[in-house]
Amino acid sequence: MKRSNAPIFWSMFGAGGMLSALIGPLLVFVTGIAVPLGLLLPPDTMNYARMLGFAQNWLGKAFLFAVIALFMWHGVHRIFHSLHDIGIPAGTLAKLACYGFALAGTLAAGYVLIAIGF
Amino acid sequence: MSARRPYVRSMDGWWRRDPFFVRYMAREATAVFVVAYALVLLVGVLRLSQGEAAFNAWLAALRSPLSVAFHVFLLAIFVYHTWSWFRIMPKTMPLILPDGRRLKPGLITGAGLAAAALLCLAGFAVLMGVKP
Repeated sequence: MKRSNAPIFWSMFGAGGMLSALIGPLLVFVTGIAVPLGLLLPPDTMNYARMLGFAQNWLGKAFLFAVIALFMWHGVHRIFHSLHDIGIPAGTLAKLACYGFALAGTLAAGYVLIAIGF
Repeated sequence: MSARRPYVRSMDGWWRRDPFFVRYMAREATAVFVVAYALVLLVGVLRLSQGEAAFNAWLAALRSPLSVAFHVFLLAIFVYHTWSWFRIMPKTMPLILPDGRRLKPGLITGAGLAAAALLCLAGFAVLMGVKP
């Protein structure tokens, strides 16, 4: 019997959904509102030197990679399974487009984070 | 071409017929914005890899009123995602205790929301430089 690949996609969806549910609001507030407006946080919270150090640290690198990749896999899985609901046939082409998008984003994030160095 | 013209009920706006479906569609729609935010961060690390000037340009772009307004909207979407994620968790990931009993749905939802609130507040406190 051919094994289904659904559990793999579902676990990526679940992991991304859980991560974004737990810390997504914090990330959006910090990077998109508090730091740009200079609210509550020290002014150097996201300056170049600190963010470079964060991205060069293996733990920071893993965190950035996990957030970007899992958020994408979570999102595209949900979008793919909602296509039928908005009248778009969820065929092979749609599946390739959705998961291909997340794969491309994951590879791009991995490449850039490795290029940043250690 | 058949002469029969059977009645086919239109599916247009099907999800607006029931508040349950509206909540379902709102929940699913958050996915688009989760991907959008991942792209914002991906551009951020890309700019970071291109050097200080490029990264500062990204930070400046985040300061534009349009970007701040977009992130306020994103924040509302993410909070809704957190809320709905743990609301449906008793159905999507029903935890079963070793003795076969199911965890109460309200307990799963409550524990998830509490964990999210705690993580977000603790993370923000760390960034603020609050020493424990």
